[in-house]
Amino acid sequence: MATTKRTVDVQLSTSGVDAQGRPQRTPLVTDQSGNLLTMEAPPAIEPDLQADHMLINIGPQHPATHGVLRLVLELDGETVVRCIPHVGYLHCGFEKIGEYRQYNQIIPWTDREDYLNSPGNNVAFALGAERLFGIAITERCTVLRVMTCELSRIMSHLVWLGTTCIDIGAFTPFLWAFYQREAIYKLLEDWVGARLTVTTTRVGGMAADVPDGWVDQLRHFTKTFPKTLAEIDKVVTRNGIWVGRTIGLGVMSADEAVNYGLTGPMLRASGVAYDVRKDFPYLDYETYDFDVPVGTNGDVYDRYLVRMEEMRQSIRILEQAIARFPDGPVNTDDHRVVLPPKSKATSDMESMIHHFKQVMEGPRPPIGECYVAVESPKGEKGYYMVSDGTSKPVRWRIRPPSFVNLSAIPKMVEGHLLSDVIAINASIDIVMGEIDR
Amino acid sequence: MTQRASFTPVVAGSASSESPATPKAPARRGGPPNPSADALRQRFGAAVRRVDVVWGETTVIVDGARLGEIAAWLHDDPAQRYDLLADVTAVEFRDSELPLEVVWHIRSLPFRRFLRLKVLLEKGRPLEVPSVWATWKSADWLERECYDMFGIRFAGHPDLRRILMWEQYKEGYPLRKDFPLRGRFSRSEQLRQALAANPEARYSMDELSIAQAFEDLPDDMRQRLSTGEKTGE
Repeated sequence: MATTKRTVDVQLSTSGVDAQGRPQRTPLVTDQSGNLLTMEAPPAIEPDLQADHMLINIGPQHPATHGVLRLVLELDGETVVRCIPHVGYLHCGFEKIGEYRQYNQIIPWTDREDYLNSPGNNVAFALGAERLFGIAITERCTVLRVMTCELSRIMSHLVWLGTTCIDIGAFTPFLWAFYQREAIYKLLEDWVGARLTVTTTRVGGMAADVPDGWVDQLRHFTKTFPKTLAEIDKVVTRNGIWVGRTIGLGVMSADEAVNYGLTGPMLRASGVAYDVRKDFPYLDYETYDFDVPVGTNGDVYDRYLVRMEEMRQSIRILEQAIARFPDGPVNTDDHRVVLPPKSKATSDMESMIHHFKQVMEGPRPPIGECYVAVESPKGEKGYYMVSDGTSKPVRWRIRPPSFVNLSAIPKMVEGHLLSDVIAINASIDIVMGEIDR
Repeated sequence: MTQRASFTPVVAGSASSESPATPKAPARRGGPPNPSADALRQRFGAAVRRVDVVWGETTVIVDGARLGEIAAWLHDDPAQRYDLLADVTAVEFRDSELPLEVVWHIRSLPFRRFLRLKVLLEKGRPLEVPSVWATWKSADWLERECYDMFGIRFAGHPDLRRILMWEQYKEGYPLRKDFPLRGRFSRSEQLRQALAANPEARYSMDELSIAQAFEDLPDDMRQRLSTGEKTGE
C-alpha cells in the first residue's frame, strides 16, 4: 500500500533554559546535523517534594475540554499521577430513540451525534441501511457520497485544527481554518439548505441532487483551500512553541494503539497504516488514488501532521471525484424504499401504493443484521443495525470512534504535566455528542 | 525530526494477498464464511454453537463460558491475529422469549478479516459473560457502556461501573426493552430527585482518597459515606 511518511526538518535554536533559568523541558534539542531530536519520554523535572498529592477537577464546563468532558486529576506537584475521566453529561439515548423510528427518520439523529461530521454520518447510516435492505445505489450517488464524506472530513479536521491551535496558544490559524470551513458550509447550504445538521442522504439515494453550478463551486474550493492549508502549515508546523508543546506528548506505540482500540488519525500517528477506506473499502474507494499518511512516534505532533496530510489527500480524492462525476439519477428506482416521483403518485396506481405504504408504514428490511464501518475523521465509525422484519430497527448501535479513543486518555496523560493534558486531550479530537450519544 | 532508523509502519493487510474491494450485492444468507470460523470449529469444537453468514458478514455464536479462551486464541494465533476489538454491544429483541445477544465485533488488521462473535444469554438467568479486557484494552469502556445500558455483567472487568448514566442511577438499564422510552419516573419525580441530590457528592470514594479530601468533607457527609452511600456524579 502506498503510504506517505511526513518528515519535517526543523531548524531551531534555544538557549536551553527557560525564563527561570531551569533547563528546558521541551525537546528543542538538535543533533549534529541540525535535526530536532524526539523526546521518547518526558523527563521527571519536578523533584519529589514529599508533599500531598493534589486533586484537580477539569470540566465539565471548561473550554479546553472540547465539550462536557470532566477529568479528575491527581497531581504530584505539576505532574499528573492519575487521571479519571467522566463522560455522559450529554447522554440523550440516541440508540434508544432509534428503536422507535423508521430508517429514514433516524438519519437526522446521525447528524446530531458527531455534529462536526454530520454529512459523513448520514452516508455511513445510509450505507448500513442499504445493506440491510439489500439494495444497490446508483453510480452518481456513489460519487456524490464520496464528495460528501471528504468534504466533511476536511470540515471536521479544520475545526480540530482551529480549536487545538487555540488550546496551544495560536489564534490566527483558527480564523483561517474557520474561514475555509465556512466555504464548505456554504456548499452544503446551497445543496441541502442546512449547514450543521444537513441530513444529506436517504436510504437508497440522497436528499436532493446537487444544484447547477455546485460542482464548479466545489472545484473552486479544491483550488483555493490548499493555499490556506499551506499558509497554516507555514505558520504552525515549524513553529517553535507548537513543536515544543506537542512533540513527545501522549505517546502511544503501535501495539498499544491497536490494543486500546484507537482508530483514525490517532492510530495512524502511531505508525499503523489502517484506514477503513483502504482495508475494508466502501463507495468504491479502492478505485481512488490516495495515500494514507502515517506518523512515526505516535505523539501529539504526529497526529497533527497526519491530519494535515489527510486534508491534502481529501482534496486529491475530491478532484478525482469531480473528474468522474457521472450524469444520471441519484436515487435508485427501487420504489419499495425510495419514494416514486410525486407526479407519478397521482397518475400511476402502483406508485400511489408505494407512496402510501412508505409514508404510513415505512419500508421494511428483511430479518438480518449488519455492521457497516466508514472512516470518519475521528476513526472507524460503525453502525450496527439489527432488523426483525419491521420498519423500525430492533437495535441501532453507533460505534463511536472518539469514545474508544478517549478511553485511552489515562494511559496518555499520566506522567505528563497538567498543561500538557490540554494538548493531549485536544489531539484526540473528541466530540462529546458522539461520545455520550 | 530524526526518523527512527528501524521504523516501518505496521501496514494493515500485510498478511493478506487479496486486494480489498467494495462488497457488491452480498447475499442475505449464505456465502463463503470467514476462514476463521472453520478454524474456530476445529480448535474449539462444541464451544462453537453456530456459524451464520448474513449480508456477507460472518457471525460465530460461541459458548459464553469459553469466550475468554476463544478471544485470547483469536488474538494470539499467528493465523488469526484479531488485534482490534472494534465494538462490544448487546441486542435485546422485541420478542421477550428470545435470548439476549452480546456482540463483539473484531477485526484482524494483518489479514483484513472481520468477525462477529456472539454469546446468547437466556432470559431468567443471571446476565453475565466473561470480560475480554485482558485481551483487548479497548474493552474497558465498551464493556462498561454495555453494562450501563443492558445490565450485563462482564466477569473479570477491572472497574465495572456505570459510564454514561451517573453512578446512583436507580431506574434500571435504559436500552432494555422493558425500559420505557421516557424513563420510569415522571418528569416531576425526575426533577425532584435531581433537586434532592447532594451537589457536593461529585467525587467517588476513590477520588476522595486523593489529597485526604475525605477529611475535609462536612461531618454529615462523611458519616453518610462511611455507611456505604455511594457518591459520584
